[in-house]
Amino acid sequence: MTDSTTLGLVGGLLQAVVIVAGAPLLVGLMRQVRARMEGRVGAGIRQPWRDLRKQFRKEPITPRGTSEVFRAAPVAMVAITLVVAAIAPFVTAASPLPGVADLFVVVALLATGTVAIALAGIDTGTAFGGMGASRETTILALVEPTALVAIFALSVRAGSTNLSAIVDSTLAEPSAVLSPAALLAAAALVLVIVAETGRLPVDNPATHLELTMVHEAMVLEYAGPDLALIELGSAMRSAVYLGLLANLFVPWGIATEAGVLALLVGVVAFVVKVGVLGAALAAAEVFLAKVRLFRVPELLAGSFLLALLAVTASYVLA
Amino acid sequence: MLGLWRRIRRLGRIAEPAPEPPSTDRPDAAEQLGGSVQIRHVDAGSCNGCEIEIGAAFGPVHDGERYGARLVASPRHADALIVTGAVTRNMTEPLRRTYEAVPRPRMVVAVGDCARNCGVFASAYGVTGPVSAVVPVDLEVPGCPPRPEAIVAALRTLTGR
Repeated sequence: MTDSTTLGLVGGLLQAVVIVAGAPLLVGLMRQVRARMEGRVGAGIRQPWRDLRKQFRKEPITPRGTSEVFRAAPVAMVAITLVVAAIAPFVTAASPLPGVADLFVVVALLATGTVAIALAGIDTGTAFGGMGASRETTILALVEPTALVAIFALSVRAGSTNLSAIVDSTLAEPSAVLSPAALLAAAALVLVIVAETGRLPVDNPATHLELTMVHEAMVLEYAGPDLALIELGSAMRSAVYLGLLANLFVPWGIATEAGVLALLVGVVAFVVKVGVLGAALAAAEVFLAKVRLFRVPELLAGSFLLALLAVTASYVLA
Repeated sequence: MLGLWRRIRRLGRIAEPAPEPPSTDRPDAAEQLGGSVQIRHVDAGSCNGCEIEIGAAFGPVHDGERYGARLVASPRHADALIVTGAVTRNMTEPLRRTYEAVPRPRMVVAVGDCARNCGVFASAYGVTGPVSAVVPVDLEVPGCPPRPEAIVAALRTLTGR
Protein backbone atom coordinates (compact mmCIF):
# COMPACT_ATOMS: atom_id res chain seq x y z
CA MET A 1 0.00 0.00 0.00
CA THR A 2 1.29 3.41 -0.90
CA ASP A 3 1.39 6.32 1.49
CA SER A 4 -1.53 8.08 -0.20
CA THR A 5 -3.80 5.02 -0.07
CA THR A 6 -3.14 4.54 3.66
CA LEU A 7 -3.82 8.20 4.33
CA GLY A 8 -6.98 8.00 2.24
CA LEU A 9 -8.33 4.95 4.10
CA VAL A 10 -7.45 6.15 7.62
CA GLY A 11 -8.48 9.73 6.91
CA GLY A 12 -11.71 8.68 5.20
CA LEU A 13 -12.70 6.55 8.19
CA LEU A 14 -11.70 9.32 10.58
CA GLN A 15 -13.67 12.05 8.83
CA ALA A 16 -16.78 9.84 8.60
CA VAL A 17 -16.59 9.26 12.38
CA VAL A 18 -15.98 12.98 13.04
CA ILE A 19 -18.95 14.00 10.90
CA VAL A 20 -21.37 11.46 12.41
CA ALA A 21 -20.35 12.34 15.97
CA GLY A 22 -20.00 16.07 15.35
CA ALA A 23 -22.97 16.85 13.09
CA PRO A 24 -25.57 16.88 15.93
CA LEU A 25 -23.18 19.04 17.94
CA LEU A 26 -23.03 21.45 14.98
CA VAL A 27 -26.84 21.69 15.02
CA GLY A 28 -26.68 22.22 18.79
CA LEU A 29 -24.07 24.95 18.34
CA MET A 30 -26.18 26.73 15.73
CA ARG A 31 -29.28 26.60 17.97
CA GLN A 32 -27.21 27.80 20.91
CA VAL A 33 -25.81 30.78 18.99
CA ARG A 34 -29.35 31.71 17.94
CA ALA A 35 -30.66 31.32 21.50
CA ARG A 36 -27.92 33.54 22.94
CA MET A 37 -28.53 36.26 20.38
CA GLU A 38 -32.26 36.14 21.14
CA GLY A 39 -31.49 36.68 24.83
CA ARG A 40 -32.32 33.07 25.78
CA VAL A 41 -30.09 30.62 27.62
CA GLY A 42 -30.44 27.75 25.16
CA ALA A 43 -30.55 24.00 25.75
CA GLY A 44 -26.79 23.44 25.31
CA ILE A 45 -24.95 22.07 22.31
CA ARG A 46 -25.40 18.44 23.43
CA GLN A 47 -29.23 18.67 23.25
CA PRO A 48 -29.52 17.25 19.66
CA TRP A 49 -27.63 14.14 20.82
CA ARG A 50 -30.05 13.77 23.76
CA ASP A 51 -32.94 14.06 21.30
CA LEU A 52 -31.41 11.43 19.01
CA ARG A 53 -30.68 9.02 21.89
CA LYS A 54 -34.29 9.29 23.05
CA GLN A 55 -35.75 8.89 19.56
CA PHE A 56 -33.69 5.76 18.89
CA ARG A 57 -35.29 4.23 22.00
CA LYS A 58 -38.85 5.14 21.03
CA GLU A 59 -41.45 3.00 19.33
CA PRO A 60 -41.14 2.87 15.51
CA ILE A 61 -44.40 3.70 13.72
CA THR A 62 -45.30 2.87 10.13
CA PRO A 63 -48.23 5.04 9.09
CA ARG A 64 -51.08 3.28 7.31
CA GLY A 65 -50.73 3.28 3.51
CA THR A 66 -46.98 3.83 3.31
CA SER A 67 -44.72 1.54 1.26
CA GLU A 68 -41.09 0.41 1.32
CA VAL A 69 -40.03 3.80 -0.05
CA PHE A 70 -41.04 5.43 3.23
CA ARG A 71 -39.07 2.91 5.30
CA ALA A 72 -35.96 2.87 3.08
CA ALA A 73 -35.60 6.65 2.62
CA PRO A 74 -34.03 7.53 6.02
CA VAL A 75 -31.47 4.71 5.75
CA ALA A 76 -30.70 5.63 2.13
CA MET A 77 -30.25 9.31 3.00
CA VAL A 78 -27.89 8.61 5.90
CA ALA A 79 -25.93 6.02 3.90
CA ILE A 80 -25.47 8.35 0.91
CA THR A 81 -24.38 11.22 3.14
CA LEU A 82 -21.98 8.86 4.93
CA VAL A 83 -20.35 7.99 1.59
CA VAL A 84 -19.83 11.68 0.84
CA ALA A 85 -18.51 12.19 4.38
CA ALA A 86 -15.92 9.46 3.81
CA ILE A 87 -14.71 10.37 0.30
CA ALA A 88 -14.74 14.17 0.00
CA PRO A 89 -11.68 16.12 1.23
CA PHE A 90 -12.55 17.08 4.82
CA VAL A 91 -9.81 15.87 7.17
CA THR A 92 -7.42 14.65 4.50
CA ALA A 93 -6.86 15.65 0.89
CA ALA A 94 -6.31 12.00 -0.06
CA SER A 95 -9.51 10.02 -0.63
CA PRO A 96 -10.21 6.31 0.00
CA LEU A 97 -11.88 6.24 -3.45
CA PRO A 98 -9.97 8.89 -5.44
CA GLY A 99 -12.07 8.42 -8.60
CA VAL A 100 -15.32 9.05 -6.69
CA ALA A 101 -14.23 12.24 -4.91
CA ASP A 102 -15.36 14.14 -7.96
CA LEU A 103 -17.37 17.35 -8.14
CA PHE A 104 -20.18 15.80 -10.18
CA VAL A 105 -20.36 12.60 -8.10
CA VAL A 106 -20.49 14.43 -4.76
CA VAL A 107 -23.12 16.96 -5.87
CA ALA A 108 -25.21 14.18 -7.44
CA LEU A 109 -24.93 12.00 -4.32
CA LEU A 110 -26.13 14.84 -2.10
CA ALA A 111 -29.02 15.48 -4.52
CA THR A 112 -29.95 11.77 -4.40
CA GLY A 113 -30.31 12.02 -0.62
CA THR A 114 -32.74 14.93 -1.05
CA VAL A 115 -34.69 13.00 -3.68
CA ALA A 116 -35.01 9.98 -1.35
CA ILE A 117 -36.65 12.14 1.31
CA ALA A 118 -38.85 13.87 -1.28
CA LEU A 119 -40.09 10.46 -2.49
CA ALA A 120 -40.82 9.47 1.11
CA GLY A 121 -42.80 12.70 1.54
CA ILE A 122 -44.93 11.83 -1.48
CA ASP A 123 -45.26 8.23 -0.28
CA THR A 124 -47.09 9.26 2.91
CA GLY A 125 -49.96 10.46 0.72
CA THR A 126 -50.66 13.42 2.99
CA ALA A 127 -51.27 16.89 1.63
CA PHE A 128 -48.30 18.40 3.45
CA GLY A 129 -45.91 15.59 2.47
CA GLY A 130 -46.62 16.11 -1.21
CA MET A 131 -46.48 19.88 -0.87
CA GLY A 132 -43.13 19.76 0.91
CA ALA A 133 -41.75 17.33 -1.69
CA SER A 134 -42.81 19.56 -4.58
CA ARG A 135 -41.25 22.63 -2.94
CA GLU A 136 -38.03 20.78 -2.10
CA THR A 137 -37.74 19.50 -5.68
CA THR A 138 -38.29 23.01 -7.05
CA ILE A 139 -35.52 24.38 -4.86
CA LEU A 140 -33.28 21.40 -5.66
CA ALA A 141 -33.71 21.94 -9.40
CA LEU A 142 -32.67 25.58 -9.02
CA VAL A 143 -29.79 24.88 -6.66
CA GLU A 144 -28.04 21.92 -8.33
CA PRO A 145 -26.82 23.86 -11.41
CA THR A 146 -25.49 26.61 -9.16
CA ALA A 147 -23.57 24.13 -7.01
CA LEU A 148 -22.08 22.45 -10.08
CA VAL A 149 -21.14 25.69 -11.84
CA ALA A 150 -19.71 27.32 -8.70
CA ILE A 151 -17.39 24.41 -7.90
CA PHE A 152 -16.61 24.07 -11.61
CA ALA A 153 -15.24 27.63 -11.54
CA LEU A 154 -12.65 26.40 -9.04
CA SER A 155 -11.85 23.30 -11.04
CA VAL A 156 -10.81 25.41 -14.04
CA ARG A 157 -7.70 26.49 -12.15
CA ALA A 158 -6.93 22.95 -10.98
CA GLY A 159 -7.56 21.48 -14.44
CA SER A 160 -9.60 18.67 -12.89
CA THR A 161 -13.05 18.24 -11.40
CA ASN A 162 -11.59 16.03 -8.67
CA LEU A 163 -12.21 17.74 -5.32
CA SER A 164 -8.85 16.58 -3.92
CA ALA A 165 -7.10 18.11 -6.94
CA ILE A 166 -8.93 21.41 -6.36
CA VAL A 167 -7.85 21.41 -2.70
CA ASP A 168 -4.26 20.56 -3.66
CA SER A 169 -4.10 23.36 -6.23
CA THR A 170 -5.37 25.89 -3.67
CA LEU A 171 -2.76 24.67 -1.19
CA ALA A 172 -0.05 25.06 -3.84
CA GLU A 173 -1.22 28.54 -4.82
CA PRO A 174 -2.71 30.32 -1.76
CA SER A 175 -3.20 33.68 -3.52
CA ALA A 176 -5.88 32.08 -5.72
CA VAL A 177 -8.30 32.22 -2.76
CA LEU A 178 -8.66 35.97 -3.24
CA SER A 179 -9.16 35.80 -7.01
CA PRO A 180 -12.48 37.18 -8.32
CA ALA A 181 -13.52 33.73 -9.53
CA ALA A 182 -13.04 32.16 -6.10
CA LEU A 183 -14.84 34.96 -4.27
CA LEU A 184 -17.83 34.88 -6.65
CA ALA A 185 -17.99 31.09 -6.43
CA ALA A 186 -17.86 31.27 -2.61
CA ALA A 187 -20.77 33.73 -2.54
CA ALA A 188 -22.80 31.49 -4.86
CA LEU A 189 -21.99 28.40 -2.79
CA VAL A 190 -23.08 30.08 0.45
CA LEU A 191 -26.54 30.64 -1.04
CA VAL A 192 -26.58 27.03 -2.27
CA ILE A 193 -25.82 25.81 1.25
CA VAL A 194 -28.50 28.02 2.80
CA ALA A 195 -31.08 26.61 0.37
CA GLU A 196 -29.94 22.98 0.54
CA THR A 197 -29.69 22.72 4.32
CA GLY A 198 -33.07 24.42 4.76
CA ARG A 199 -31.97 27.55 6.60
CA LEU A 200 -33.37 31.08 6.57
CA PRO A 201 -34.24 32.92 4.31
CA VAL A 202 -35.25 29.94 2.14
CA ASP A 203 -36.73 27.63 4.78
CA ASN A 204 -37.28 28.09 8.50
CA PRO A 205 -36.10 25.00 10.43
CA ALA A 206 -38.02 26.04 13.57
CA THR A 207 -41.43 26.66 12.00
CA HIS A 208 -44.65 25.04 13.26
CA LEU A 209 -46.84 26.26 10.41
CA GLU A 210 -47.21 23.49 7.85
CA LEU A 211 -47.98 25.96 5.06
CA THR A 212 -44.57 27.64 5.41
CA MET A 213 -42.57 24.41 5.64
CA VAL A 214 -40.26 22.95 3.04
CA HIS A 215 -38.01 20.27 4.53
CA GLU A 216 -40.08 19.74 7.71
CA ALA A 217 -43.28 19.12 5.74
CA MET A 218 -41.81 15.99 4.12
CA VAL A 219 -40.79 14.37 7.41
CA LEU A 220 -43.94 15.12 9.44
CA GLU A 221 -44.97 11.43 9.46
CA TYR A 222 -41.66 9.99 10.70
CA ALA A 223 -41.43 8.86 14.32
CA GLY A 224 -38.93 7.22 16.66
CA PRO A 225 -35.77 5.65 15.14
CA ASP A 226 -36.69 6.69 11.57
CA LEU A 227 -37.01 10.30 12.68
CA ALA A 228 -33.67 10.04 14.47
CA LEU A 229 -32.05 8.85 11.22
CA ILE A 230 -33.65 11.74 9.28
CA GLU A 231 -32.42 14.28 11.82
CA LEU A 232 -28.95 12.74 11.93
CA GLY A 233 -28.86 12.71 8.12
CA SER A 234 -29.94 16.36 7.89
CA ALA A 235 -27.31 17.36 10.44
CA MET A 236 -24.65 15.40 8.50
CA ARG A 237 -25.68 17.15 5.29
CA SER A 238 -25.19 20.52 6.97
CA ALA A 239 -21.75 19.46 8.19
CA VAL A 240 -20.79 18.07 4.77
CA TYR A 241 -21.90 21.22 2.91
CA LEU A 242 -20.15 23.53 5.36
CA GLY A 243 -17.06 21.29 5.25
CA LEU A 244 -16.98 21.46 1.44
CA LEU A 245 -17.30 25.25 1.56
CA ALA A 246 -14.51 25.49 4.13
CA ASN A 247 -12.07 23.17 2.41
CA LEU A 248 -12.63 24.35 -1.15
CA PHE A 249 -11.88 27.95 -0.21
CA VAL A 250 -9.76 27.76 2.96
CA PRO A 251 -8.11 24.34 2.82
CA TRP A 252 -5.25 25.06 5.25
CA GLY A 253 -4.79 22.50 8.02
CA ILE A 254 -6.00 19.57 5.89
CA ALA A 255 -3.76 16.49 6.18
CA THR A 256 -1.68 15.95 3.05
CA GLU A 257 0.74 13.33 4.41
CA ALA A 258 0.19 10.27 6.57
CA GLY A 259 1.00 10.72 10.25
CA VAL A 260 -0.81 10.95 13.56
CA LEU A 261 0.03 14.63 14.02
CA ALA A 262 -1.06 15.61 10.48
CA LEU A 263 -4.38 13.79 10.91
CA LEU A 264 -4.91 15.36 14.34
CA VAL A 265 -4.28 18.83 12.92
CA GLY A 266 -6.63 17.94 10.06
CA VAL A 267 -9.44 16.97 12.44
CA VAL A 268 -9.00 20.07 14.63
CA ALA A 269 -8.82 22.39 11.62
CA PHE A 270 -11.94 20.82 10.09
CA VAL A 271 -13.94 21.04 13.34
CA VAL A 272 -12.90 24.66 13.92
CA LYS A 273 -13.66 25.73 10.33
CA VAL A 274 -17.11 24.08 10.25
CA GLY A 275 -17.90 25.37 13.75
CA VAL A 276 -17.02 28.96 12.82
CA LEU A 277 -19.01 28.77 9.56
CA GLY A 278 -22.01 27.24 11.36
CA ALA A 279 -21.94 29.88 14.09
CA ALA A 280 -21.68 32.65 11.48
CA LEU A 281 -24.62 31.21 9.54
CA ALA A 282 -26.74 30.97 12.71
CA ALA A 283 -25.81 34.52 13.75
CA ALA A 284 -26.72 35.86 10.30
CA GLU A 285 -30.11 34.11 10.52
CA VAL A 286 -31.12 36.25 13.49
CA PHE A 287 -31.20 39.28 11.18
CA LEU A 288 -33.19 37.59 8.42
CA ALA A 289 -36.84 36.82 7.79
CA LYS A 290 -38.00 34.03 5.51
CA VAL A 291 -38.61 35.23 1.97
CA ARG A 292 -41.89 34.44 0.24
CA LEU A 293 -41.72 31.09 -1.54
CA PHE A 294 -42.25 32.71 -4.94
CA ARG A 295 -39.28 35.01 -4.32
CA VAL A 296 -36.94 32.06 -3.63
CA PRO A 297 -36.31 31.44 -7.38
CA GLU A 298 -35.16 35.08 -7.70
CA LEU A 299 -32.69 34.57 -4.86
CA LEU A 300 -31.41 31.33 -6.38
CA ALA A 301 -31.24 32.86 -9.88
CA GLY A 302 -29.02 35.53 -8.34
CA SER A 303 -26.72 32.88 -6.91
CA PHE A 304 -26.63 31.11 -10.29
CA LEU A 305 -25.60 34.39 -11.90
CA LEU A 306 -22.75 34.71 -9.39
CA ALA A 307 -21.64 31.17 -10.20
CA LEU A 308 -21.77 31.89 -13.93
CA LEU A 309 -19.72 35.06 -13.44
CA ALA A 310 -17.23 33.00 -11.43
CA VAL A 311 -16.75 30.59 -14.34
CA THR A 312 -16.39 33.47 -16.79
CA ALA A 313 -13.90 35.20 -14.50
CA SER A 314 -11.87 32.01 -14.07
CA TYR A 315 -11.42 31.80 -17.87
CA VAL A 316 -11.11 35.49 -18.70
CA LEU A 317 -9.14 36.78 -15.71
CA ALA A 318 -6.95 33.69 -15.17
CA MET B 1 -29.66 45.64 10.80
CA LEU B 2 -27.18 47.74 12.74
CA GLY B 3 -30.01 48.85 15.01
CA LEU B 4 -30.94 45.23 15.70
CA TRP B 5 -27.30 44.41 16.46
CA ARG B 6 -27.09 47.30 18.96
CA ARG B 7 -30.29 46.09 20.59
CA ILE B 8 -28.89 42.56 20.92
CA ARG B 9 -25.71 43.95 22.47
CA ARG B 10 -27.61 46.23 24.86
CA LEU B 11 -30.18 43.70 26.07
CA GLY B 12 -27.80 40.77 26.48
CA ARG B 13 -29.41 37.90 28.34
CA ILE B 14 -33.13 38.42 28.89
CA ALA B 15 -33.84 34.99 30.41
CA GLU B 16 -34.40 35.00 34.16
CA PRO B 17 -32.18 32.80 36.30
CA ALA B 18 -33.46 29.23 36.50
CA PRO B 19 -35.64 28.63 39.59
CA GLU B 20 -35.17 25.56 41.83
CA PRO B 21 -36.15 22.34 40.00
CA PRO B 22 -39.69 21.23 40.93
CA SER B 23 -39.97 18.40 43.47
CA THR B 24 -43.17 16.81 42.10
CA ASP B 25 -43.08 13.10 41.23
CA ARG B 26 -42.15 12.38 37.61
CA PRO B 27 -44.42 10.13 35.52
CA ASP B 28 -42.79 6.75 34.78
CA ALA B 29 -42.66 7.45 31.04
CA ALA B 30 -40.67 10.65 31.65
CA GLU B 31 -37.80 8.65 33.21
CA GLN B 32 -37.09 6.98 29.85
CA LEU B 33 -36.67 10.21 27.92
CA GLY B 34 -33.30 11.27 29.28
CA GLY B 35 -33.64 15.05 29.47
CA SER B 36 -35.28 15.59 26.08
CA VAL B 37 -39.04 16.09 25.69
CA GLN B 38 -40.60 17.14 22.42
CA ILE B 39 -44.06 18.58 22.83
CA ARG B 40 -47.04 18.88 20.54
CA HIS B 41 -49.61 21.44 21.59
CA VAL B 42 -53.28 20.60 20.99
CA ASP B 43 -55.95 23.27 21.38
CA ALA B 44 -59.03 21.19 22.22
CA GLY B 45 -61.34 24.19 22.60
CA SER B 46 -59.41 26.81 24.50
CA CYS B 47 -60.05 30.56 24.69
CA ASN B 48 -56.36 31.15 23.70
CA GLY B 49 -55.49 32.45 27.18
CA CYS B 50 -53.44 29.32 27.89
CA GLU B 51 -51.83 29.57 24.42
CA ILE B 52 -50.47 33.00 25.24
CA GLU B 53 -48.98 31.67 28.47
CA ILE B 54 -47.46 28.66 26.66
CA GLY B 55 -45.97 31.11 24.17
CA ALA B 56 -44.54 33.08 27.10
CA ALA B 57 -43.14 29.88 28.67
CA PHE B 58 -41.05 29.35 25.51
CA GLY B 59 -40.23 33.04 25.08
CA PRO B 60 -36.92 34.67 26.01
CA VAL B 61 -37.87 35.46 29.63
CA HIS B 62 -38.79 31.95 30.83
CA ASP B 63 -37.02 30.00 28.05
CA GLY B 64 -38.56 26.55 28.49
CA GLU B 65 -36.15 25.25 25.83
CA ARG B 66 -33.17 25.49 28.18
CA TYR B 67 -34.56 22.53 30.18
CA GLY B 68 -34.66 20.28 27.12
CA ALA B 69 -38.32 20.81 26.15
CA ARG B 70 -39.14 21.81 22.60
CA LEU B 71 -42.40 22.43 20.73
CA VAL B 72 -42.65 20.38 17.53
CA ALA B 73 -44.94 20.50 14.52
CA SER B 74 -46.16 16.89 14.40
CA PRO B 75 -47.54 14.44 17.00
CA ARG B 76 -45.29 11.78 15.43
CA HIS B 77 -42.24 13.80 16.53
CA ALA B 78 -43.62 14.34 20.03
CA ASP B 79 -43.17 12.63 23.39
CA ALA B 80 -45.86 14.60 25.17
CA LEU B 81 -49.06 16.41 24.27
CA ILE B 82 -49.93 19.71 25.91
CA VAL B 83 -53.72 19.97 25.78
CA THR B 84 -55.50 23.24 26.54
CA GLY B 85 -59.22 23.98 26.88
CA ALA B 86 -62.29 21.93 27.61
CA VAL B 87 -62.59 19.23 24.95
CA THR B 88 -65.32 20.30 22.54
CA ARG B 89 -67.40 17.81 20.56
CA ASN B 90 -65.60 18.67 17.33
CA MET B 91 -62.15 18.21 18.90
CA THR B 92 -62.89 14.92 20.71
CA GLU B 93 -61.99 12.63 17.81
CA PRO B 94 -59.02 14.73 16.56
CA LEU B 95 -57.59 14.73 20.12
CA ARG B 96 -57.98 10.96 20.37
CA ARG B 97 -56.32 10.48 16.97
CA THR B 98 -53.50 12.86 17.84
CA TYR B 99 -52.85 10.84 21.00
CA GLU B 100 -52.81 7.62 18.96
CA ALA B 101 -50.24 9.16 16.56
CA VAL B 102 -47.68 9.80 19.33
CA PRO B 103 -45.10 6.99 19.56
CA ARG B 104 -44.80 5.27 22.97
CA PRO B 105 -43.75 6.15 25.66
CA ARG B 106 -46.20 9.08 25.51
CA MET B 107 -47.58 11.53 28.05
CA VAL B 108 -50.35 14.10 28.25
CA VAL B 109 -50.18 17.39 30.14
CA ALA B 110 -53.50 19.13 30.77
CA VAL B 111 -52.80 22.87 30.97
CA GLY B 112 -55.37 25.23 32.52
CA ASP B 113 -58.54 24.82 34.53
CA CYS B 114 -60.66 24.11 31.44
CA ALA B 115 -58.49 21.15 30.50
CA ARG B 116 -58.62 19.82 34.08
CA ASN B 117 -62.34 20.18 34.88
CA CYS B 118 -63.94 22.25 32.07
CA GLY B 119 -63.73 25.46 34.19
CA VAL B 120 -66.54 27.89 33.38
CA PHE B 121 -67.58 25.74 30.43
CA ALA B 122 -68.60 22.75 32.61
CA SER B 123 -71.84 21.14 31.39
CA ALA B 124 -72.02 23.45 28.35
CA TYR B 125 -73.80 21.82 25.39
CA GLY B 126 -70.77 21.79 23.07
CA VAL B 127 -68.35 20.27 25.56
CA THR B 128 -67.53 16.56 25.79
CA GLY B 129 -65.69 16.90 29.10
CA PRO B 130 -62.25 17.49 30.56
CA VAL B 131 -59.15 16.11 28.80
CA SER B 132 -59.04 13.12 31.16
CA ALA B 133 -62.43 12.00 29.78
CA VAL B 134 -60.85 11.48 26.33
CA VAL B 135 -57.16 10.56 26.83
CA PRO B 136 -55.20 9.53 29.97
CA VAL B 137 -53.64 12.57 31.65
CA ASP B 138 -50.23 12.29 33.37
CA LEU B 139 -49.76 15.83 34.64
CA GLU B 140 -52.04 18.78 35.35
CA VAL B 141 -51.24 22.49 35.51
CA PRO B 142 -53.98 24.45 37.36
CA GLY B 143 -54.74 28.11 36.69
CA CYS B 144 -56.96 30.24 34.47
CA PRO B 145 -54.68 30.77 32.71
CA PRO B 146 -51.71 29.15 34.49
CA ARG B 147 -48.65 31.35 34.94
CA PRO B 148 -45.71 30.64 32.57
CA GLU B 149 -43.66 29.69 35.66
CA ALA B 150 -46.18 26.91 36.42
CA ILE B 151 -46.05 25.63 32.82
CA VAL B 152 -42.24 25.67 32.85
CA ALA B 153 -42.28 23.79 36.19
CA ALA B 154 -44.52 21.10 34.65
CA LEU B 155 -42.16 20.81 31.65
CA ARG B 156 -39.20 20.48 34.01
CA THR B 157 -41.00 17.68 35.82
CA LEU B 158 -41.06 15.85 32.47
CA THR B 159 -37.47 16.58 31.43
CA GLY B 160 -36.01 16.20 34.92
CA ARG B 161 -33.64 19.17 34.39
